[in-house]
Amino acid sequence: MFNDLDKAIIKEIQGDLPLVAQPYREIASRLGISEQELLEKIKEFQKQGYIRRFGAALRHREMGLKANPMIIWQVPEERIEEVGNKLASFARVTHCYHRAMLPKLQYNVFSMIHAETKEECFKLAKEMAEVINIEDYNLLFSEKELKKTSMKYFMED
Amino acid sequence: MDNIDKNLLSIIQKDFPVCSRPFQEIGEKLGITEDETVARLSELKEQGIIRRLGAIMDSRKLGYKSTLCAMEVPSDNLSQVVKVVNDYIGVTHNYLRNHDYNLWFTLITPSQGHLEKTLRDIEKRTGQKVYNLPALRLFKIKVNFHVPGVKGGEG
Repeated sequence: MFNDLDKAIIKEIQGDLPLVAQPYREIASRLGISEQELLEKIKEFQKQGYIRRFGAALRHREMGLKANPMIIWQVPEERIEEVGNKLASFARVTHCYHRAMLPKLQYNVFSMIHAETKEECFKLAKEMAEVINIEDYNLLFSEKELKKTSMKYFMED
Repeated sequence: MDNIDKNLLSIIQKDFPVCSRPFQEIGEKLGITEDETVARLSELKEQGIIRRLGAIMDSRKLGYKSTLCAMEVPSDNLSQVVKVVNDYIGVTHNYLRNHDYNLWFTLITPSQGHLEKTLRDIEKRTGQKVYNLPALRLFKIKVNFHVPGVKGGEG
């Protein structure tokens, strides 16, 4: 699927772009290709969806977004598709998945939001609950961030 | 952080230019010079607000397998378990949450076999059960945050 050059490019761009006037030229020279070739490859990866997003990963806690709950919903099997799509349409929802239930966690749709305060989260969760018409939900706030990194791909070979 | 910084963060989260002089192009949108753009970005990085500037790859499209895991860890065991879990490069996020299942982490691996082996390995090393919750259906993944104070910054 990926040739050696593709993998070498991905290894570079999944790192940190240097803060110089021509950052792509610097990366291209490390790879031994032209800046133009690198720019075209990045655009191609974006078009093919291998790059989900190109830009900054921020530390949302440092930006003042200190309340980061996973809002979990108990949704009847036949409504999962509809409810999942409705939750996804909220701008503040960054992630939304259908997952299995656990013995002590009888919820099957998982959504993530990030806000400045817990109160804001409870308010938004209530609004979401009304829109999707689901009464049984819970907010699991992150009490401590223990690790947050970006995945490094193709490092095994 | 002033308004220019906030707008800068908003722009670089989703529309980072892929061109020869990206900081010049961003500066033009904000009415500042290329040098000032670079200086502001350096400062935001220094402050820890910007974690990284680059490509966020789609793990599925690259053939990798990812999952969310939960563990119920007794508090006196917690630091030791966290140390074991954080040890794996495929564990990219790990959070303590307010529930009996108190430890929640994401795991990305090159294959399903590798994923299952890692989970068994964590169970063996910690003596605790790992609940595996892979996505049965993905409805949304969009991690450009709303920058507080920027109108319409949710993209």
